[in-house]
Amino acid sequence: MNIYADNAATTKMSEAAVRAMTDCMQNCFGNPSSLYRIGQRAKERLEEARLAVADIIHAEPREIVFTSGGSEADNQALLSAAMIGKRKGKNHIISSAFEHHAILHTLKKLEKNGFEVTLLPVHENGIIRLAELEAAMREDTCLVTIMMANNEIGTIQPVGAIGELCRQKGILFHTDAVQAVGHLPIDVKAQNIDMLSASAHKFHGAKGVGFLYCRKGIALSNLIEGGAQERGKRAGTENLAGIAAMAAALKESVDGMDRNNAHQAAVRDYLIQGLSEIPHSALNGDAKQRLSGNVNFSFEGIEGESLLILLDQRGISASSGSACTSGALDPSHVLLSIGRIHDVAHGSLRLSIGEDITMEEADYIIRNVKEVVAYLRSFSPVWRDLVTGKKEFILQ
Amino acid sequence: MALYSEKVMDHFMNPRNVGIIEDADGVGEVGNAKCGDIMKMYLKIDNDVITDVKFETFGCASAIASSSMATELIKGQKLEEAMTLTNKAVAEALDGLPDYKMHCSVLAEEAIRAAIEDYQKKK
Repeated sequence: MNIYADNAATTKMSEAAVRAMTDCMQNCFGNPSSLYRIGQRAKERLEEARLAVADIIHAEPREIVFTSGGSEADNQALLSAAMIGKRKGKNHIISSAFEHHAILHTLKKLEKNGFEVTLLPVHENGIIRLAELEAAMREDTCLVTIMMANNEIGTIQPVGAIGELCRQKGILFHTDAVQAVGHLPIDVKAQNIDMLSASAHKFHGAKGVGFLYCRKGIALSNLIEGGAQERGKRAGTENLAGIAAMAAALKESVDGMDRNNAHQAAVRDYLIQGLSEIPHSALNGDAKQRLSGNVNFSFEGIEGESLLILLDQRGISASSGSACTSGALDPSHVLLSIGRIHDVAHGSLRLSIGEDITMEEADYIIRNVKEVVAYLRSFSPVWRDLVTGKKEFILQ
Repeated sequence: MALYSEKVMDHFMNPRNVGIIEDADGVGEVGNAKCGDIMKMYLKIDNDVITDVKFETFGCASAIASSSMATELIKGQKLEEAMTLTNKAVAEALDGLPDYKMHCSVLAEEAIRAAIEDYQKKK
């Protein structure tokens, strides 16, 4: 059995997206900036895609800037908001401890350039608290950037309430919605979102393409200088095939959203129940306020990379927050941010299921994770110390 | 390209000398759970010769494979010979490790040395 359970890393392109992409490459190769008909046909295609994407998140087409993906959108949003803040003498930014590195590393860069950053705690459930956000807001706060849903533990943040609070206080609000677009309903107007980042390959589009929504009236700073594409805010000939595929994929994802979420949530809860039977394990992040496709567990006494490789041998593709999977020394900052100590954070497993998952596959996953965890524990010196009482269990 | 060599995968999937020796003559434990790797080596020694060796490892695939390979390399060796085992020799015997996994072979070398030193201290 082969089960792809790493949809938070990337998704398989949908047939509609592949069709849109190949059709574009074969029949619409023109440069949208060219004035002859072949170019103008490409331009039409580009604007159709912009309109489709804008409609889905309740934005206007001119508020959508196509980018090379979520990271670029995050970088441009943060640097732009910082420039706006700087001009007004505001150099304080609020974010959360478990943002994606595209946010955290950009914030580090801004800190080196004189900005002050407050990272809100996300607590054991992996959700920020509004009262703490409000308390962190200052006269010189120019931006709040909080992700819509976390990429590792899937917890969903109260974006609408955050947006309302920011609007009241006159502070720009950006959300990294890379894990949410195509999976959660989004209305940038109702949710008072000023800027939003998205990445196509997280909802069955192609890699290397995404978009930044930026409410009109907010001045974007360029990351890439050159031609006048994207209203002069993002130079470079547009990745038309990728953009057309993104629009097709997003439309399909949103059309099936309710059905997919209901199905995935049922399988997710079944997986959580099954994996909870493993002694000394714990679910990471809130059980309900999380993406329908996300399951993230810590197992005491084992290390995540060996778990992943053994699962791969059994046909299951998943991921882990263990340091060994990334070449870093520290385990995932997300797991540390919700209070998992290093020893337990190393032994984590993220399953991010897709809409095609079946209950039989969920049974197969549960059975194999149980076997592999038991096997790795059978020769783990940490586990021996725990069961012989030399060390105390952290997860009960 | 695969992440690991076939030898690493073989020693990870079918580790040799796994387990503990209840009446071990020397026991060495290195690493810590904070970093995500702990290796524990148990030696049975007779007349300065390693007659049996077992290991337990908490860690990634290359840590488990390095432990397994190291036990194979030193089994039957004289103590002075085993003391000269280098992490490079362990990595080479595994047909190489990715650069950022070389520390796993270092742990194997250190665990064996720690177990031998434990034996010498007790003697």
